[in-house]
Amino acid sequence: MNLEFLESGQTLTIKLKGDLDHHSADESRVLIDKKINEGKYNKIVIDLKKLDFIDSSGIGFVIGRYKLIRKRNGVIEITNASSKVRKILDMSGIGKIISIK
Amino acid sequence: MQNNYVIFKIPSLSTNESFARAAVAAFCANLNPTIDEIIEIKTAVSEAVTNAIIHGYENTVGEIQIECKIKGQLVEIIVEDYGSGIVNVEMAREPLYTTKPELERSGMGFAVMETYMDEVVVLSEKDIGTKVIMRKTISERKK
Repeated sequence: MNLEFLESGQTLTIKLKGDLDHHSADESRVLIDKKINEGKYNKIVIDLKKLDFIDSSGIGFVIGRYKLIRKRNGVIEITNASSKVRKILDMSGIGKIISIK
Repeated sequence: MQNNYVIFKIPSLSTNESFARAAVAAFCANLNPTIDEIIEIKTAVSEAVTNAIIHGYENTVGEIQIECKIKGQLVEIIVEDYGSGIVNVEMAREPLYTTKPELERSGMGFAVMETYMDEVVVLSEKDIGTKVIMRKTISERKK
């Protein structure tokens, strides 16, 4: 999976490209958490426009980043989820704690 | 569609997850599935293989056998590991149940398999291994 970071004020946008599965989540987690821990962000936007694949490991990954930013009193938002990606996200009920646009 | 099958084995390395789901999806392509059906099969295979890697073998490397059979429009996928086995299958299948929350597991693996496949059978024995059998009938479309 490819990651792209965009910073705007205290908002960090993470663009995910490719497949988000157990393998890529483990790899990306390290890079993303380093970035979050080094910065002073109060909002994380996860942009899924270029995501080709997601499974339940991706849900665990999103919840993990939610917990991390919550510790810093920040919020997380998911944008550009396709209908298929949306289906998996809805299955887990994470829409109740994270805004999905 | 003539009956057909493929069987392959992979070591339980996470890098093989994408290969396993892509291989099964490619094999099923002969049935002319819809894009949605392909995504559903890929996702279900990914869940079963990930479970074998994380839970079946934990941090060790073992073998995972993946079998895909086509009978008419029916696809049967069997993902088998020879690892630790599941002590309580019923509990493991409960949505949001996970034995590994510290690894950011969502506990949604079996729920996803059940949603995307028509039937999911789980056979498991402690210290022997786990076999997940998933079946799905692919819609018949004009080519």
